[in-house]
Amino acid sequence: MTPVIDIAGVRKTYGHGDTEVHALAGVDLAIDQGEYVAIMGHSGSGKSTMLNILGCLDIPTSGSYHLDGIDVGGLNENQLSLVRNHKIGFVFQSFNLIPRTSALSNVELPMVYSGVPRKERLARARAALDLVGLSNRADHAPNELSGGQQQRVAVARALVNSPSMVLADEPTGNLDSHSTEEVLGILDRLHADGRTVVVITHEDHVAAHAQRVIRLVDGVIVEDRRAA
Amino acid sequence: MTLFEILRFAGKGLTANKMRSALTILGVLIGVAAVILLVAVGNGASVSVQNSLNSLGTNTLTISPSRGGTGVPSRPLTQADATALTDRNIAPDVGSVTPVVTSTAAATYNGTSIDIGQVIGTRPNYFTITNSPLSAGAAFTDADVADARKVIVIGATVAQDAFPGADPIGRQLLINNIPFTVQGVLASKGSSGLQNADDTVVAPLSTVQYALTGPGNLSQLVVQAASADVIDSAQAQVTAVLGQRHGSTDFRVLNQQQLLTARTQTVDVFTVLLASVAAISLVVGGIGITNIMLVTVTERTREIGIRKAVGATRGAVLGQFLAEATLLSMIGGLLGVLIGIGGSRFTIAGVSPVIDWNAVLLAFGVSVLIGLFFGSYPANRAARLRPIEALRHE
Repeated sequence: MTPVIDIAGVRKTYGHGDTEVHALAGVDLAIDQGEYVAIMGHSGSGKSTMLNILGCLDIPTSGSYHLDGIDVGGLNENQLSLVRNHKIGFVFQSFNLIPRTSALSNVELPMVYSGVPRKERLARARAALDLVGLSNRADHAPNELSGGQQQRVAVARALVNSPSMVLADEPTGNLDSHSTEEVLGILDRLHADGRTVVVITHEDHVAAHAQRVIRLVDGVIVEDRRAA
Repeated sequence: MTLFEILRFAGKGLTANKMRSALTILGVLIGVAAVILLVAVGNGASVSVQNSLNSLGTNTLTISPSRGGTGVPSRPLTQADATALTDRNIAPDVGSVTPVVTSTAAATYNGTSIDIGQVIGTRPNYFTITNSPLSAGAAFTDADVADARKVIVIGATVAQDAFPGADPIGRQLLINNIPFTVQGVLASKGSSGLQNADDTVVAPLSTVQYALTGPGNLSQLVVQAASADVIDSAQAQVTAVLGQRHGSTDFRVLNQQQLLTARTQTVDVFTVLLASVAAISLVVGGIGITNIMLVTVTERTREIGIRKAVGATRGAVLGQFLAEATLLSMIGGLLGVLIGIGGSRFTIAGVSPVIDWNAVLLAFGVSVLIGLFFGSYPANRAARLRPIEALRHE
């Protein structure tokens, strides 16, 4: 089986000459379909760069990245947008919902850009909100929702287009412990349903939910441990 | 992504900040309304000049002595000149000729003094040649001219000033302390912008000469061509006949058609000036759109980042912000058209505006294009934002 994510010899360099910074200094990584992976590291370890490259928000300086068999390195900006739209569901630390727009419309958004007809879009958005337990909050704007609820809307938006992976960047960083448990519980359920989940975090209790923990230090993988 | 979705997003963006959108729309609205209204005013002025000049008769020539010249003292126009022009053999295209003397005079009625723009002494055919019908009473006759009777036909403005609310026919008006009997009232011709054709008194030639100017020379000869088609040859014949009689061209022949063209051109220049001022305000409105859209794009950088992260292409973001700018300008344009057309129903500065539908279409079309043009810079800026940086934007 081809892995969902197949990274080989990826380097990312910022600046040049004396100010050159190697954010990633040669990373090899393969993630299979249905895995729940936590990528850990302190700030400056290359975590964010890893997120940008995994999320197709940025392209590596060298090395190759295959997502679902597609060579992402050779894609132009518009093709990257399409890949993000179809293959990746983002969950951000700061929720990143569109303000003044209802939860339902926020969840609909990825499907608008992939051209799903309105009727089907609404049905799928409602189903996704139902999955995160927020069907009764569909018409509320983000500022009328609690942090935990906003993050659950973001999770619904991430999975509504049936992506190859859900990519979560510090998903519980802005949440209280109760909401943290709720959101992690949902991610656990997604994993149980067979989805690929990648969480980027520096918190051990978040990483504890994953079955595989990868530790980055100074742009290289120093540990790749699978839970028993 | 369908057009409907693009418009829905754009509409949402505009309603997010209603005050700001309304003010931007106002900028375009003022520009479009100004173009329509000012062009309509210029147009109206042009139409009214044309009407009033047409009412003076377009197939007439006015001959007056020219001043100065080549040192040869100019010979005055005389009754003999007028008679010469009526000779069918040497001036076949001249229809009829009437002599005119003009003077200014003070008039009083019942002790109230009235300003009269012009006292005209002439013959009865003046009324037909200059296309001056009467609204009441009757014109004087050749017999009145022969006997130098003190009868007058007064213009509408004089009638209004001297006899407000009363029937002027049969009343006596004192002109230079000589009593004249009002025999008729001219139909109003309106102002041609420079001169009020209604502020006149018309009296028999002989009477005016005896009472006001003294006998002798004429101020003008008014010639009517046999038809409007032969006005140019009539002008040539008049010039030839008078030139021969006077020995030099010591007179000017003014063609009514030339006067019409000259005045219309003057008005057209004003129309162009008005339209350019209005067009500038339309451009200023467009700059308002750029300004507001730049602010919007900066404010919503994060939103743009989110949209790009979930899969919006460059084109989708470009479309959304272009649609917002164009919606602003289109709404402004539509409201501007309504207000421009509405405003044209009122008389502005003495002119009743005449709407130029080409200007309406042009102003609306330009307003839409302005949205596209002035919106494209900010929209491009939004579309080119890199998602990583946009997402990090606070």
